[in-house]
Amino acid sequence: MLAHSLFFYFFSTITVFSAIMLTISKNTIYSVFFLILVFISVSTLFIMIGAEFLGMIMLIVYVGAVAVLFLFVVMMLNITKQTTKKTNRKGFANYVSVGSIVGIIILLELIVVLGGWKYKSSFVVLSKTKSNLNLTNAHELGRVLYTDYIHLFQISGMILLVAMIGAITLTFSKKENIKKQNYFHQIQRERASAVELVDAENDKGVKIND
Amino acid sequence: MIEIGLQHYLILAAIIFTIGIIGIFLNRKNVIIILMSIELILLAVNINLVSFSIYLQNLTGQVFAMFILTVAAAEAAVGLAIIVIYYKNVGSIDVEEINSLKG
Repeated sequence: MLAHSLFFYFFSTITVFSAIMLTISKNTIYSVFFLILVFISVSTLFIMIGAEFLGMIMLIVYVGAVAVLFLFVVMMLNITKQTTKKTNRKGFANYVSVGSIVGIIILLELIVVLGGWKYKSSFVVLSKTKSNLNLTNAHELGRVLYTDYIHLFQISGMILLVAMIGAITLTFSKKENIKKQNYFHQIQRERASAVELVDAENDKGVKIND
Repeated sequence: MIEIGLQHYLILAAIIFTIGIIGIFLNRKNVIIILMSIELILLAVNINLVSFSIYLQNLTGQVFAMFILTVAAAEAAVGLAIIVIYYKNVGSIDVEEINSLKG
């Protein structure tokens, strides 16, 4: 139990520290790195608590896909140069008071909710999907996900499809001055519009009208 | 203090959530950090769901956390696409300069 608590404090300290560094660091690339650190330490926490499948999925999806996506966008947009050009502390000072007040109120509310939860444990009705201790976490999750939640699972696939199409259509730009193959024009081309027979007189050549 | 229970995980999630909120408020540099703060908030929600799921021995929370993961990935993709096209059109993603809507 001591080792568990030590690991918990270790990883949660790293998580909180890197979350703070994410919000306050000047360079956006450093922010992305701290985001990756947050994700990795939270996934270790998940693995520690017993949700191994979700921890691994967090590693794959967040660190492998989302953080790399952020990194690519930061690299493409050339923001680091821009932030050093213009840093106005005036705007920062304007929002410090309101932002910290709202944040502290939210933190207090969350802790109050936590205290209230302690005395309401009889209120919660457990559903049928109790976890079975004989199976692994991934096995259990698969048994629930593909039977009881199959429709939600497919809807989440549709959400990913819509997001993919949306991202592609947003960033797709049509280039001018580039010739592209058009299959319909190619197929619709007929002899009358493409080839012409001309009687060429001797020693005069043919006039080509283009 | 030594015994790690549900409360510890919930307090950790609350702290991360609050850092995300404060990050949205305080960040005046660029929109990408705001998107990252939103990711932090979703992560805090995921921690809550997973810790309750383990505590109650009930798998529904983990299933829901997976759906939140999906939505977070989709949201990041669309948000970054919007940022890229905005940068292409305007040439800056400074939060102070994005005021076309006069909000």
